[in-house]
Formats: sequence, C-alpha cells, structure tokens
Amino acid sequence: MSANTIAVPELPVSRPFTLRLHEWVTTVDHKRLGILYILFALVFLIVGGIEATIMRLQLVRPHNDLVSPEVFNRMFTMHGTTMIFFVAMPMVFGFANYLVPLMIGARDMAFPRLNAFSFWMSALGGIFLYFSFLGGDGLYGAGSAPDVGWFAYAPLTAKTFSVGHSTDYWTLSLLSSGIGSIGTAINIIATILCMRCPGMTLGKMPLLVWLNLVMAGMVILAVSPLSAAQIMLLIDRYLGAHFFDTQAGGSAVIWMHFFWIFGHPEVYVLVLPAFAFASEIIPVFSRKAIFGYPVMVLATIAIGFIGMSVWAHHMFTIGMSAGANTFFVLSTMAIAVPTGIKIFNWVATMWGGKLRFDAPMLFCVGFLFQFLVAGLTGVTLAVAPLDWQLGNSYYVVAHFHYVIVGGILFCIFGAFYYWFPKTSGKMYNETLARLHFWLFFIGFHLTFDFMHVPGVLGMPRRIYTYEPGRGWDIWNLIVTVGVVFQAAGVLVFVFNLVWSYLRGQAAGNDPWDAWTLEWSTSSPPPMYNYGVIPTVRSRRPLWDLKHPEDPDWRYE
Amino acid sequence: MSPTSILAPASTPADSIFGLSIFVLLNVAAIFIVVFALLAYVLVRFRNNGHDDQKEPAQIYGSTQVELAWTVIPVLIVLALFLAAAHVIASVQNPPRSPGALEVTVTGHQFWWEYRYPSLNIVTANELHVPLSDPARPAPTFLTLLSADTDHSFWVPRLAGKTDLIPNHPNQMWIDPHEPGLYLGQCAQYCGTQHAKMLLRVYVQPRDEFERWVHEQQQRSQAGNVSAGQRVFESTACVNCHTVSGTPAKGRFGPDLTHLMSRETIAAGASPNTFQMLRLWIQNPDAIKPGSKMPAMGLNDKDLDAVTAYLETLR
Repeated sequence: MSANTIAVPELPVSRPFTLRLHEWVTTVDHKRLGILYILFALVFLIVGGIEATIMRLQLVRPHNDLVSPEVFNRMFTMHGTTMIFFVAMPMVFGFANYLVPLMIGARDMAFPRLNAFSFWMSALGGIFLYFSFLGGDGLYGAGSAPDVGWFAYAPLTAKTFSVGHSTDYWTLSLLSSGIGSIGTAINIIATILCMRCPGMTLGKMPLLVWLNLVMAGMVILAVSPLSAAQIMLLIDRYLGAHFFDTQAGGSAVIWMHFFWIFGHPEVYVLVLPAFAFASEIIPVFSRKAIFGYPVMVLATIAIGFIGMSVWAHHMFTIGMSAGANTFFVLSTMAIAVPTGIKIFNWVATMWGGKLRFDAPMLFCVGFLFQFLVAGLTGVTLAVAPLDWQLGNSYYVVAHFHYVIVGGILFCIFGAFYYWFPKTSGKMYNETLARLHFWLFFIGFHLTFDFMHVPGVLGMPRRIYTYEPGRGWDIWNLIVTVGVVFQAAGVLVFVFNLVWSYLRGQAAGNDPWDAWTLEWSTSSPPPMYNYGVIPTVRSRRPLWDLKHPEDPDWRYE
Repeated sequence: MSPTSILAPASTPADSIFGLSIFVLLNVAAIFIVVFALLAYVLVRFRNNGHDDQKEPAQIYGSTQVELAWTVIPVLIVLALFLAAAHVIASVQNPPRSPGALEVTVTGHQFWWEYRYPSLNIVTANELHVPLSDPARPAPTFLTLLSADTDHSFWVPRLAGKTDLIPNHPNQMWIDPHEPGLYLGQCAQYCGTQHAKMLLRVYVQPRDEFERWVHEQQQRSQAGNVSAGQRVFESTACVNCHTVSGTPAKGRFGPDLTHLMSRETIAAGASPNTFQMLRLWIQNPDAIKPGSKMPAMGLNDKDLDAVTAYLETLR
C-alpha cells in the first residue's frame, strides 16, 4: 500500500513561521481547509462552552445576581448562534472536506478555490458575530452583542425593539456564514457526483459519503431560505420594508416559517454527518460489514425528504389550525421510522461481531444509547398537545442538547479519535481518551438528564432568574454541577490532541485494520492523496485487498 | 409539590394533555426498555474477550425479513401515537361553546399582562380572576390573546398548554378550572430583557367570590378629596402610561391602576404589593426588575411618600 505514494520533492521541513502561515491562509488543499474548519470550530466550542457556563452559574440558585438580565440574554443568544453556526456546521464541513475526497479516491474537492472562499466566508461570519461585542453599540447604551435569541423572532429584531447594531451584526454573521455553507455544499455534491475513482459506483460509496451527499443537499435547501430571511430583515431595518415589522402590518409568523424551514432541516444537516461517523466506526470496531447498506442509504434519503416537511413542529404553540397541527405531528413522527431503522442496523452490525472498545467505539456506543433517548423524547415532543406544555420549556432544551451533545458531539469526538492517526500521523493517548469519555459521559448525564425535570415542572427557557418555591432549585443545581465534569472532559480532550500531536507515537497507515480507501495512503496523506488513483470493486476495497480469498464484491 | 407542574392538571385542556402524556410515556418507555436491553445484550455478548483467534467474524450483509420487521413495527406504533394525538388536538382546539362562558382579552406587554373583560367592563393587570367551573355546569373562560409589542406566551401549566401572543395574529385558548385556588405560570416566549419576571397569576374563585370581585372591579375609584399624592401623580409623567378611572389619568402603556390595591403583587408578580415595595418600585424600578419599562420617577422623599399613599387608596 505504500506504493500508493510517489516521490515528489519535499519542501524543507523548517520554514519560517510567516511562510508556513502564508501557506495555510492561501491554501486550497481540501485537507488543510478541513483542518482549518475543525480548528475554527474547536476555538468556538470553547467560547460557546464558556457562555454556557456563565448561564449555568447564573441559574445555580433562584434570584441569583451573578450577571444582569441583559448579559444573560446576550449569553444565550451568542451560545446558540455560536454552537450551531460556528461549531457544529464548520465541524461537519471540516470532516466532510477532509474525508470525502480521500474516501472516494480523489485528489481534491471539485472546486478547490470555492472551498477556500467558503471557509473564509464562514470565518468572516464568526468575526462579525464576535465583533458585535465592540461594535454592536451603535448608539450610546444600546448594548453590545445581540440579545434576540438564536432564532431571533420578529418583531424583537425590528428597529423599535432592537436599537443599535447588535442585530445587524447577527444578521451579517449568518448571511456570511450562510454563503460559505452553500458554497461548501455545492462543492461536496459536485465532488461526490463527479470525482469518484474508477469502480466506485453510487452503490459502492462508503456510507459516510452517502450521508454527506444528502447533508449537502439539505444545506442548499435549508440555508437558502435563512439567507433570504436575513436579507429581508436587513431591508426591514434599513430600507423601510415591513416584512416582519408588525407595527406596520408585517408578519411575525412569516419569520418563524422562514427560520424553521431552515432550523429543523439543520438538525438533520448536523446529525447525518454524525450518523456517517457511526456508520464507519461501528463496523470497523465490530469487525463486520455494515448491516443493510441499501436500507441505510434509503433511510438516509427518507430522512432528507421527510426532514424538509416537519419544520412547523417548532410552531405548535403559535395558534395553527387543528389540521395543520395534525399534519406536522404525522410528518414529524414519520421521521422516527427511518431513524429507528438506522439504530437497528447499527445494532445488527454489532451482532455476531467482535467488539473492540477503543475510544472511537466507546463514543459511538454512548451515542447509540443517548440518541435512543433523544429520539424518544423527540417523539413525545412531536405529539402537539405535549408540546403545548413542554415547548419552550427546559424539557425542550434538554431534548435538543441530548441530540446535539449526546448524539452529534459524541460522534464527533469518536471521529476525532478515529481519524486523528490519519490526519496527524500520530496515535492519541488511549488512557486520556478514556478519561475524556468518562468525564464527559458523567457530566453530560448530570446536566442533560436532570434538565428534563424543571421543564416538566413548568420552567421556561431563556429566563435569567427564577422564583424560589417552584421545585426547580435542586434540579438546576445538579445541572450546573454537570458542567464541571463536561469542562474537565473537554480540557483532557484538547490536551490529548495537542500532546499526542507533539509527542505521540507514529500511527502507521492503517492502525484500525480498516477497510475504506483513506487507510491505504500514508498518514498524514500526501498533498495529492494518492500517487495512483485507486480502482475499487466493492464498498470495502481494503477488505478485498486483505482477504483476496473472500472479497466483498462476490456478495454485493 | 411544584405549583407549576404539568403533572397536576386542574382544568380540561391540561387534563387531556396529561392523559395523553401518560399514554405516550408508556409507549416510549416500552420502546426504550426493549432497545436498551437489546443494545446492552449485544455489547456484553459480543465484546472481544481478549483471547483473540485473529479470525474475522462471519460477514453478514443484511436481511430483508429483519429489515421489514423493524420497519413495520415502528410504523404501527407511530400510527397509534398519531391517532391519539390527533384526537386530543381536535378536542382541545375545537371546544364546545357553552353559553355561560366568560370572555377575557389578554394583551401581552413588555413585561406585564393586561386583562380586559369586555362583557363585564373590567380592565385589570397581571392577576387574572376566573370563576370555578363545575363539571356539571361548565363555566369555561375563553382567552383571546393579543400582543402590544413582541411575542409572548401564556403558560399556566396546571390549567392548559401554552399559546403564544403574537402581534397582528390573534389567538384563542380556553380553561375550565375545577379546583379553586391560585395558579402560577409565566411568559414562555422570550420577549426581551425582563422576560423572566413576566409572571402569571390566575385566581380561580367560586362563583359568589368571583361575583364579589367583579363588583369591586366595576366600581370607579372613590372620588373624595384630592390628596397631595394624587396631585403629584396627576402632575407627573405617571398619567402618560397609567389609567385611574374617573380621574385625568388615562395612559394605556402601563397597567391600569384603578384597583391597584386589590392585587397581591406588583411588577407582574415580581414583588409583593406592600407600601415599602410600591415606594421602591416608584423610586427605583431597577431594584426590583432591571430593564422594565417603568422609569425611575425621580421624586423627592415627600412626593414619593405622598404618591405611594395615594396609590394605597386605590382599592
């Protein structure tokens, strides 16, 4: 397999820092852009985590006055916006960028310069958002960072209620990162459709590639209306339009539709790549082929289509007709079927296997349990009457953090450990990785299991303080304690990455004895990925190579 | 016991949601137990126990029968849950209209609640009074929900699910509480700086007690000697925002104060309605509710005492 690298003159190893920085800033290489996306996301993960910690400290007891209501409102707005647009999105784009060309045997993305443009547009969005702390004032006393909530319901964003420029920075930030997202989505689709190596038909692509293809399609469909809404909001605020300005006859409800036709598909945009990681890691650590590949692909496509028709379940309390409510109950519940199929197929993949619980698998197992719970609380919320009680309460906050942290982030951590040897050429420290898992696992469950309870007891979200005597105090205390464990887990994780990168042992090309193409090239892969473009005959080309007596292509 | 628990319903909409939630909970709990047990079994049964023979396990690529089974069974469960949900949606959203129903218009403001009883000619704020509804002779209350500014949401968990108050988008909800008492809740849609202290208080009263309250609210404020405090009140900005019926104070931006002293709380439930707190509220609202729309009035101590004393006469 080492024949797959060819000799090209290497650049001198020790180059001046400015030269190396220049290479990174001007790079169009999909692997470097992938790493840039991921580092960008990691920085914002820390920032968003600090914002969450401030909120949890404020809510540790009733009538606490650690921060003012204004600061608290900015914190939840910035936390939500940051985590979705500047952590989760760049994280999944980073992995897609890095992995998709490698897994389909290509040398780069279809449009390398669009790729760089898209990354820097996303980065600009992050800068816009955080520059609001300095420039958001606009008017004396108008406040700094946006405080309209991450879904920024009209008319709170109208000039009347949001003076100064904080809402404008928020809008520009999402508009800019939205352009980046759409650019990357187009790039991913074009790459997958046009750049596959010989022999790799659509039906022989690794599941990760399929899931990212559907994810990219959903990004185009979902982010476009969001960007349109941002432009309309800018026109409202500066050019005298009244799309969402209720005081001049505009509609607050239209904004909700625009936002959630983005907002709900966005959940699938984030969860499909998480499924993608699980679909690669679970087979390798079970030593078995994925169970029911065609069904997994069909379930993904079904999630993509149904996922576009469920948005108004975020709006069960806005007074829609009984008919509309009933429709969105059905469409939302229908999602549970293909999602359930996926869970069963992962379990069936493990059935009869030889399970190895290295860190990547450990995180995927955590994901399976937690995603099961998240899916089931999702079913309870899909029942509109239950949502009338639980919607906008801490139960919902617990539910979607279960999806995003317990499901998506656990898979992302698993993916970090799985591909770290490929990306860096070094092996991570397994003991620290396990410590990270257990700290984060305990912290996650302390925080988000117990967060469901105050929701059931009537605690709405987005309140900077609460009244004593409502039975919420003890639960909020436990939830805050969990933050300590999660933060410790993340610190161990970051330390492990940095330390292993500098001091880790060489990983070799294929430390997991895996089956997809990226493990056939060197670690880290050379600039051109493959010296000779590979030819594949099955979904697991390296299995075929390692088991010439019993290759996959006989059975597919 | 939490006074805001959805598990202690006391009105038909909350009752039917509670009943449905038990049904849904049983279903998801059953699914959870089955899948959890399956997963746990697989993890224990198939874990690699160290003495590895270096051979790969048998490769199985799929099975149509099995896939079909775990598609059809979830579809059936989803259908059952859907039908149960559709039934409750229809019953809560299309309630029977009884002739004895009370109509109240609720207007959400940053950051307080305005209640108008059009048929009774009553205007009040923050504390909603409704009659007890006897299941034999239902006396439901229908709420029309409006907003004067941003989005709000009316949520008293023991009485009903929440419904949003959206400008330009009138909504309806109803309650028929069958136990007297005080029911708590709060705004459940983020509406600005003081969303957290936009608290809801619903007083459910037996018919005669409710009638007495209605009678009191229908009185105009007592026209007696104009006190020093009233003079201060009417010669400062107070009147721009507040109404005291029968006086020149006709503002609509803030709560109607005609019967202020009939209310147990001020500042939308953020503080008890005592002389000291009322005085503090006029002097420095931020001490109670930072970011509220009530301005600090900048009165000297003498005027402050006089105005508070005047407000204390508004019964």
